[in-house]
Amino acid sequence: MIEARDLTKRYGDKTAVDHLSFKVEAGRVTGFLGPNGAGKSTTMRLILGLDRPQGGSATIDGRPYTDLPQPLRTVGALLEAKAMHPGRSAYNHLLFLAQTQGLPRSRVDHVLDLVGLREVARKRTGQYSLGMGQRVGIAVAMLGDPDVLLLDEPVNGLDPEGILWIRNLMKQLAAEGRTIFVSSHLMNEMAVTADHLIVIGRGKLIADCSTQEFIERSSDKYVLVRSPDATRLAGLIAAEGGKAEPQPADNGGSGLLRVTDMDAARIGELAAADRVVLHELTPRLASLEEAYMELTADSSEYGAGAAPAALPADGAAPATSEPATTSASTTGQDSQ
Amino acid sequence: MTTTSPAAPAAAPTAVPPAAHHVGFGHLMLAEWTKIRSVRSTVWTLLLFVVLTVGFTALFTWLTASNWTSGTNAATRDATITANPVGFILGAGIGLGQLTICVLGVLVITSEYSTGVIRSSLLAVPKRQPMLAAKGAVFGLLILVIAEIIAFASFFLGSAILHSHVPVAISDQNVLRSVLGAGLYLAVLGLFALSVGLLIRHTAAGITTVIGIVLVLPILSGLLPGSWGAHINAYLPEQAGSLVYSAHRTSDQLLSAWQGFGVFCLWTAVLLVAGAYLLQRRDA
Repeated sequence: MIEARDLTKRYGDKTAVDHLSFKVEAGRVTGFLGPNGAGKSTTMRLILGLDRPQGGSATIDGRPYTDLPQPLRTVGALLEAKAMHPGRSAYNHLLFLAQTQGLPRSRVDHVLDLVGLREVARKRTGQYSLGMGQRVGIAVAMLGDPDVLLLDEPVNGLDPEGILWIRNLMKQLAAEGRTIFVSSHLMNEMAVTADHLIVIGRGKLIADCSTQEFIERSSDKYVLVRSPDATRLAGLIAAEGGKAEPQPADNGGSGLLRVTDMDAARIGELAAADRVVLHELTPRLASLEEAYMELTADSSEYGAGAAPAALPADGAAPATSEPATTSASTTGQDSQ
Repeated sequence: MTTTSPAAPAAAPTAVPPAAHHVGFGHLMLAEWTKIRSVRSTVWTLLLFVVLTVGFTALFTWLTASNWTSGTNAATRDATITANPVGFILGAGIGLGQLTICVLGVLVITSEYSTGVIRSSLLAVPKRQPMLAAKGAVFGLLILVIAEIIAFASFFLGSAILHSHVPVAISDQNVLRSVLGAGLYLAVLGLFALSVGLLIRHTAAGITTVIGIVLVLPILSGLLPGSWGAHINAYLPEQAGSLVYSAHRTSDQLLSAWQGFGVFCLWTAVLLVAGAYLLQRRDA
């Protein structure tokens, strides 16, 4: 388990991580989301003891990273592609790391097999493609067979096959009971990989909830209705408390309504009662990407505010503010 | 922890790592040795050191021997060489060869920063200073061994070439100390350069700084007037350190050979401690 308590990191007068508290539980893939510059990489570097926080602390299984005697056996990290000497082979890069942990050479061969680079492992890494470099990084992370993995943008530079491979790898490792903490700015990738999400913006926590919850709480829940008698239907919906907005005609079709504050079943019943013909009745859920865009847009708007609790102040999106409220209340206690 | 899950056969880790045993300083030294030997620039730079040092020893002693008693200022020059033949022989090669050691010392640490390897290194050894200690030990020992071999080779080559004019033997007074001292000087110089590289963390700036300290500062301080100028000059790292590979002691010399070497070691120790402190404090 990874735990951050009140982590704060400033570079000059810029606050990269702002009183951030969260827990990453074992046995599931936890996605770490945020726009570029939100502080994801900095947070990971703080957890790994590469940067020193001005305030707060981070622990892995209850201990600071710097107190781990053979850290690579406990924690595997992929920080950036090609953090390797271009003149050194992948084999030797892995070998020197294995030697620092007292790991045998067979572990090097094993992780090279795992990432499918055994044939090219003796070549200098300067000749590798971005995707190959990323695979070496994953081999480094897996070298000590760690229980905790921190992966910063692992799918960067990978081809579709590679993306699928790492997605399955992460899920499998989580199923084995390991802690998987993976950052990304690719929402749709996280939607299919992560069980749980931690979302930050401007270094502050925005949401800490399951992926499903995150999407469901989006305010962008609506129903698309198409009818040749759209005007009358809109009147019926409005009379029952729903909101129906005519949509611009698409594909030559017409009579498309976007209905909020009323579910599809109720719309269908209303239409049947008044014998209005329906051509389409589709409940729509915002994608993770849409939910995320909405949340982080709020975060930029209120980014200067003191706490994530500032979010519910945005009355226009009460539903999306809920995760933020939840997280603020769960993590707020730890921050003292 | 490891299982043989059938879910994703290509990805399943199957080898169980051995039970954790104590990881000692020897493991860290082995890792640093792997780092040093697995990069071509190390090998090339060391090869350059050998070629330059031996080559210039041969060239300078041969040029001197073949122009003995001829040319302007020949008498002064010949007198200086006769008074201190081992200093002349070793100085001819080391004067240039030492620059490659400066470059290598800086590169050993700054290349980790420029390539991002430092983050891998520090993730593996998060206490940081043991990594630096292992690096210093391995690099220092490597340079010491190679430099001692080259120092003896240079001495025997140079003394053979000069033999007809100035016979000098390894058994002569202070000669063995000078030859051994040459290797010691170069090993400490390597650590001196490593410390500067650690403080500056940038290859070009690091190399420029070290070369400036070794080559330019003695010249500049030589221009300073009076006895305090002489004192500053005498206590400069390179000026003090080079005394240990010179057999002769002139009357106006402020430090003895070993005192000078001690001053050089002190400079290096101060920089190393400062570098170790900053390594611990700074974000990687």
